[in-house]
Amino acid sequence: MAYIELPEGLPGIRGAMAFRPETARPLNDLVEFLLHAPNTLTQGERELIATYVSSENDCYYCQTIHGAIAAASLGGDEVLVKKVKVDFWNAEISDKLKALLVIAGQVQKGGKHVTSEAVANAKASGATDTEIHDTVLIAAAFCMFNRYVDGLGTTQPRDEAMYRERGKMVARDGYVAVSKEYLPASAMETV
Amino acid sequence: MPHISLPEGLPGISSGFAFRPETAKPMRELAHVLLHGPNSLSPAERELIATYVSSQNDCYFCQTSHGAAAAAHLGQNAETVIQVKHDFSRADISEKLKALLVIAGEVQQGGKHVSPASVEVARSLGATDVEIHDTVLIAAAFCMYNRYVDGLATWQPHDDEMYRAMGKRLAESGYAEPSRVTS
Repeated sequence: MAYIELPEGLPGIRGAMAFRPETARPLNDLVEFLLHAPNTLTQGERELIATYVSSENDCYYCQTIHGAIAAASLGGDEVLVKKVKVDFWNAEISDKLKALLVIAGQVQKGGKHVTSEAVANAKASGATDTEIHDTVLIAAAFCMFNRYVDGLGTTQPRDEAMYRERGKMVARDGYVAVSKEYLPASAMETV
Repeated sequence: MPHISLPEGLPGISSGFAFRPETAKPMRELAHVLLHGPNSLSPAERELIATYVSSQNDCYFCQTSHGAAAAAHLGQNAETVIQVKHDFSRADISEKLKALLVIAGEVQQGGKHVSPASVEVARSLGATDVEIHDTVLIAAAFCMYNRYVDGLATWQPHDDEMYRAMGKRLAESGYAEPSRVTS
């Protein structure tokens, strides 16, 4: 039972977004740009950062749906996604992504936890300023999304097949496009 | 020194916004709807929630600029802003706002820290579902903004007059347009 009366049948953040379309639009625009728009970091890399932070924040819905989107972007490699969550140092990902995940983990603890050393390591592995910026902001944004989803006590069904299917769809179509199924058309207009 | 090459002379979040206009736009719009748009919670109440969370997250730029915006909404009452940051239970604010600040403080610690009991208290003091929703999202959003500002190690000048001017402008115009900083 959610803490407030959210529309039924919409798990996790979708119920909250349908409840308040005015805030749903900028939230969807932000996540669309950070995770789905063209970027020198691949979609899979960015979804892994989002999944890792959501896992550190212990948000079941977010880590499961973004883990599913990551897997869909990585040719269905769910084993890799699990590895990144529990032990990214030994996961089969680039050294650059490992260095960015260190920064993301520091942001999750708090903005002041980010060290110059971690940033220098990421730069030494080839990360650009924009990639470091986007990593910081993805991690920060998921500290918001995770708190939003858990802080309202949203419904978070334990149904792996549901997340897997939806993960494929979001990986393909993006966040703004799939939000049209539960947001009124008027919510798509710019304020 | 910021961790990346941010445009110089722009304090706090303005430098992150100028560096990446694509993400600045939805982040500004979100702040505008949450803090400045039409709402049954007054702009001052919402700015106080943002200030309190930013203070709990120890973000100097955010707590000072939003504190200044809250003070501007309250007729330049900086005393209430200081009270809310240090001990809101004794501040000169409504019991409903105190109950919402309890929820905001729980969100700051983590989404799972929100207790059904604090939601019940807020509701019994007249808080609506939309007000509880907005409180949770303002608190969550400032856990993002604060981490963004400090996580990039942005320039955060200690200049009371600059923040006062910024607060006045934010209170009047909101967040939709890029700021014109004069420092």
